[in-house]
Amino acid sequence: MIRYPRRTLLRAGAAFVGASALGFPAIVRAQAEKIRIGHLTPLTGFLGVIGSYAQLGVKLAAEEINASGGILGKPIDLLSEDSINPATAATKAQRMLEQDGAVVLLGEISSASSLTIMQVAERNKKVFFSTGARSDALRGKNCNKYSFHCDIPNTVMVNAVGTALSQKGMVKGKKFFTLTADYIFGHDLLKAAKTFFGAHEANLIGDELIATDVTDFSPYLLKVRQAKPDVVCCNLAGNQVTNLVKQYAEFGFPYPLVGFNLNTGDAWAAGAGNLSGTWPTVWYHTLNNPTSQAFVAAFSKKYGKPPENHAWIDYITLKLLAEAINTTKSTDSHELITYFEKQAQFDIGKTRKAYFRNWDHQLVQEAYPFTVKPKDQMKDQWDMLVLGDVVPAANDPLETIYPTREQNPCEMKA
Amino acid sequence: MQFEFLLEQVVNGLVLGGYYLLIALGLSLIFSVGGIVNLAHGAFYALGAYVCVELTKRFGFGASVMISPLVVALLGILFERFILRRFYTADPILSLLVTFGLAMVAEQAIRMIWGAAPVSTEIPQSFRGSVIVGDFLFSRYRLLILAVVATIMIGIWLLLQKTSFGRVVRAGIQRPDMVAALGIRLQPYMTGIVMLGVGMAALGGAFFAPITTVHPAMGADIMTVAFVVVVIGGLGSFWGVVIAALLVGVVRGITIHFEPAAGEASIYVLMFLVLLVRPRGLLGERIEKFE
Repeated sequence: MIRYPRRTLLRAGAAFVGASALGFPAIVRAQAEKIRIGHLTPLTGFLGVIGSYAQLGVKLAAEEINASGGILGKPIDLLSEDSINPATAATKAQRMLEQDGAVVLLGEISSASSLTIMQVAERNKKVFFSTGARSDALRGKNCNKYSFHCDIPNTVMVNAVGTALSQKGMVKGKKFFTLTADYIFGHDLLKAAKTFFGAHEANLIGDELIATDVTDFSPYLLKVRQAKPDVVCCNLAGNQVTNLVKQYAEFGFPYPLVGFNLNTGDAWAAGAGNLSGTWPTVWYHTLNNPTSQAFVAAFSKKYGKPPENHAWIDYITLKLLAEAINTTKSTDSHELITYFEKQAQFDIGKTRKAYFRNWDHQLVQEAYPFTVKPKDQMKDQWDMLVLGDVVPAANDPLETIYPTREQNPCEMKA
Repeated sequence: MQFEFLLEQVVNGLVLGGYYLLIALGLSLIFSVGGIVNLAHGAFYALGAYVCVELTKRFGFGASVMISPLVVALLGILFERFILRRFYTADPILSLLVTFGLAMVAEQAIRMIWGAAPVSTEIPQSFRGSVIVGDFLFSRYRLLILAVVATIMIGIWLLLQKTSFGRVVRAGIQRPDMVAALGIRLQPYMTGIVMLGVGMAALGGAFFAPITTVHPAMGADIMTVAFVVVVIGGLGSFWGVVIAALLVGVVRGITIHFEPAAGEASIYVLMFLVLLVRPRGLLGERIEKFE
């Protein structure tokens, strides 16, 4: 038997584990080389599950656009890659713009990665559509002229759920305990939540910042129990929400669990019987309008399952970008920015049309609170959620749930 | 009250440590006997979870949590017979490469069979909720896991200490050449050890399926902690791994009590400190073939 030092083996083993933690990028490249568009989204790590849906959505949009003649008569060449982490996301974004010749970037779910891509886009003077990042700071103090924000921001999610909770008498005078993701998105969501609690006479009696690699929440749940709150509020992201929801159901605490952030994919992953409470969402596949239902039918036919909200948002973003390029007959960044800043209206599969607000580049659109169906009423594993009333209500202007100019410190440089 | 809260975290950490033990002990045994760092160990943990979720649809959770490790242990026979066996005497970098590659193949296979989206299952109704003993709160389900882990550990200890199988395995760890000189082939014993190791990892996956996200990359997530436990415990020592697993769970719990943001980092600090003072690990034995 060959003799070999134990330390060498362990060192090599640790190196392999470290290398695997970095992840291996999944690279999807379309073949045609015409109008090249770069797409980055997390396919590994705690946001990997919902990122996979985003990739499926954007690929479907590219196929549909190409099947109907492409953009300006040219097919889209979609480069879709795993963004992995903020540093890698920035490196890849730079490479896509500089070496691969992408004319526009879109995608991303992590607010931290989105922030670094925004900086790359600004430096290269290319447009970037941040499709799934929700931090207020991105469209606030960190906003820039080249970046557009498609998902609803944290403030809107807090307002959507907070309004629904207030109507149920679960806010005023109640003691809240929050569990918050320890990165820019979580910090930002907590800030929005604190503002809401302050304005509605709720008390925040405890908050735990939780690293994004935590999978076991039992020590945090013990701290929740020690604090004896009236309501527990989840400010986590990705599969951490799923883990918390499952473990909360496991411990069976009497305090209702609500949250200011949940993606449909995470709800499905939690499974029937584990999820309860009131949560926000930006879109759900049961929304009954022709655009949404056509997308759901095409997605389900192609992939054998209904789309998640990140599939939808990356799909509609590429569609509205194609519409913009065809209308302006240009892929020039300044032409596109000028077009979007005129607040052109887009059908995004909701009752009211959406538009990018010209001063912070936020896609202004409807949002929804939702609750969870009783298990015996679910038709299948996807039929979990019951959408509440749309926010803002049909008679109120869309912008009423978005941060105002006074609340949002965005200042675009010329 | 503060002390009681702290004690509650310590007890919860012991329960969690028991779960880490399921994964780490198999990793340690395969390394100690075969000299192979099994980087595919996490894949068997993930397979255990997926097989359990799949079987639960037909047989219920109780039966599935027992059948799933057996199914994966049978896969372990193939793993040992057709892959690991070729690398016992080879350059260790080759076994690292092959098990690393196998981990990726397994992850992709899971993706192809069950899809990239997570699958879910839930705890049986009778094991939901908490039990309050005095001032302490325990998850009923985790108490079940702890009881099963304790039973298995007693069984493995008896197997290693009181049976002829265990005597050969222990001798094989220390002096494989002497075992061979006595006319005993270690390979069948190695098959048994691999079955035991991957079966335990699968049991860990099956038990955690209802309370964690079951997704294709879940095996890679658990490997880091398992490695930390093995390194802290030291090679060749059953009790070293047991103590290290419990210690990691407790240190994490105590850190979260005082400084929640440092919870995950604390186990690496612990590993660093242990290696600084005792590079062989807490109870690591001096094994000639590794020196």
